[in-house]
Amino acid sequence: MTDSISSPQRASRSGALWLFLLLVLVVVLGLCSLNVGASRMNLLNVLTADPDDRVSKILFASRLPRTLALILAGAALAVAGAILQMMARNRLVDTSTTGPMAAAALGMLVVAIILPNGVPLWARFLLVSAFAAGGILLFLGVLQRMPLRSALIVPLVGLVMAGVIHAGGGLLAHHFDLSQSLRAWNSGDFSAVLRGRYELLWVAAALTVAAMLLADRFTVIGMGRDFATNIGVNYSLLMAIGVLLVAMIVGSVVVTAGVIPFIGLVAPNLVRLVVGDNLRRAIPMVALLGAALLLAADLLGRLLIHPYEVPSSNLLSIAGCAVFLVVLLHGRAKWS
Amino acid sequence: MIETQGVSKRYGDALVVDDVSLSIPKGGFTSIIGPNGAGKSTLLSMISRLTPMSAGSVLVDGMDVTRTPGNVLARRLSILRQDNQTSLRLTVRDLVAFGRFPHSGGRLTAEDLRHVDEAMDYLRLNEYRDRPIDELSGGQRQRAYVAMVMCQDTEYVLLDEPLNNIDMRFAVDMMQLLRRAADEKGKTVVVVLHDINFASCYSDHIIAMRQGKPAYQGTPQQIIRDEVLRDLYQMDIRVHEVDGQRICVYFRMA
Repeated sequence: MTDSISSPQRASRSGALWLFLLLVLVVVLGLCSLNVGASRMNLLNVLTADPDDRVSKILFASRLPRTLALILAGAALAVAGAILQMMARNRLVDTSTTGPMAAAALGMLVVAIILPNGVPLWARFLLVSAFAAGGILLFLGVLQRMPLRSALIVPLVGLVMAGVIHAGGGLLAHHFDLSQSLRAWNSGDFSAVLRGRYELLWVAAALTVAAMLLADRFTVIGMGRDFATNIGVNYSLLMAIGVLLVAMIVGSVVVTAGVIPFIGLVAPNLVRLVVGDNLRRAIPMVALLGAALLLAADLLGRLLIHPYEVPSSNLLSIAGCAVFLVVLLHGRAKWS
Repeated sequence: MIETQGVSKRYGDALVVDDVSLSIPKGGFTSIIGPNGAGKSTLLSMISRLTPMSAGSVLVDGMDVTRTPGNVLARRLSILRQDNQTSLRLTVRDLVAFGRFPHSGGRLTAEDLRHVDEAMDYLRLNEYRDRPIDELSGGQRQRAYVAMVMCQDTEYVLLDEPLNNIDMRFAVDMMQLLRRAADEKGKTVVVVLHDINFASCYSDHIIAMRQGKPAYQGTPQQIIRDEVLRDLYQMDIRVHEVDGQRICVYFRMA
C-alpha cells in the first residue's frame, strides 16, 4: 500500500477499475450473443461477406437487434430498480417484486381485451406504462400509510402487491381466454426480437440517461423528504419524475419482451457492495451490470437446450431468488 | 430576522403549537427550551418549512417560507432534525458535500470543496472521511450531519436537539462550535435543547415554551431563575452561580 494516494482517490480509482471491467464484460458477452444462435455463424465472416449474404442478414435482422435489446433493457431495468429503491427508501425492492411489472403485464392484457384488433406501438407503450405507474403509486401509497416500516416489511408488502395484481390478471385472462398470452408476457424473453421490434427500447435508453443525469437528486430522495427539503430539492417533483421514469422503462421492456424479473434488485445490490449508495458513482456500474446480467441469462438460455431456448426470465428468477436470499441474510447479520 | 405570525399546528384535536407570534433576531445564539410536548420541535420544523402549518405564516428576512423557492431558502436557512436514520451507504465526505447542493447543484467547485474540508476539520471528522455513515456510532453520525449543515453555510442555522447521542466532550465541543459560528461568522443559530444548563451557558436569548406557546422569553439572566423554571417545568429547580455561570440543580431534591 502506498500512502501517496489519498483514500478518496483510491476509492475512485477502484470505482473506475470496476467500471472498466464491467464494460469489458458487456462487450465480451455482447460479442458472444452475436455469435450464438440456432444458425451457426462466425462473426469474422461478416466482415468479408457481402451485405446480401445469409450471414449478414441474420446478423443485422436478428442477432444485432437482439443483442442491443438485451443491453438496453438490462441497463434500463437495473437503473429503474436503483431509483425505485431510493423512492421506497429500501434496497430490497424491485419493479418485478413490488407490482409495477405485474401491473404492466396486466396492462398488456387489458389492451388485448379492449382493443382486440391491435393498437399502434406507441399507444400500447403509453397504456402499459400508465398501468406500471399505477403499480408504483399503489406500492408507494401503501408504504406511506404503513405505520411500521421496517426494512423487511417493505419488500414483503411489495411481494403481496405484486401477487395480488398477478392473481387479478390471471382471473381476467382466464375469463377472456387469454391465459396463454398472459403467460407469455409474464415470462419475458428476447427470442422474438427482430429488427423493427425492439426500437422502443431506445426510449428506455433515453430514460436511463435522464436518470443518470438526475442521479444526485435521487440519492437525496433516498435520504428522505426532510433531508431533501433542507437542501432545496423539490421532493414531490422528484418523486413524480421518478415514477414516470420507472414506469416508462418498465412499460417499454414489457411491451418489447415481457416481464424480466430481478435485474433491478440484483444489479444495484451487488454494486453497492463495491461503491456504496451514492448514485452518481453507482449508476453507470448499475447500468452496465444490468446489461451484463441480462446478456448472460439470455446466452445461457440459448445454450442450455440448444438449438431451443429457455426464456431468460426463468433463469433470472432462479438467480434473483438466490441473490435476494443472500442479501436478506447478509443484511440481517449486519443490522441486528 | 425570523418572524412567526399566528403560527399553529393541529393534529386532529390536539393543538401542538398554539398561535405563536415571535421574532428571533438576526445574529446570536437562541435556545428553545421547555418540557416534553411543548411544541418546540414542531415550531422549529414549521419555521424551516419541513412541516406544513395549520395556520399562520413564517417570514425569514421577509421571505414567506412556504412560498419562497426551496433552493433559495436553502441558501439562507438550514435545518437539522433529531432523527437522521438512513440505510444508505454514503461516505461521511459524500454526506457533508450534500450541504453544498443548494449552492452548486451537485457539481462541486473548488470553493465548495474548501467548505467541505473546513466543515470536516471543524467537527474533527477527517479520520472518518471515507467511512460509510451507517458504520459510525450515533455521536459520530450526528457530527457528520452537523458538518453537512455547517457546510451549507447559511445565515440561519436551526438544529433540533444537536446534543442527542453525544457524550460530554463532544457536546461541549458542539456548543463551542455553534457559539463560534455565531460570534466569528455572524450566523444566527437557533437550537432546541433539553439540557437547560447548556442553554444557560451558551445562549444570548432563550425562548421557553409550554403547551404550544412561548411562556417566557429573554436573556439567560432573565430565564434561568428558580421561579421561572419552577413554573415552566412544574418542579423544583435551584439556580446556582458557579464560576460565573448560572447552573441549574434539580437531580435530587431534599
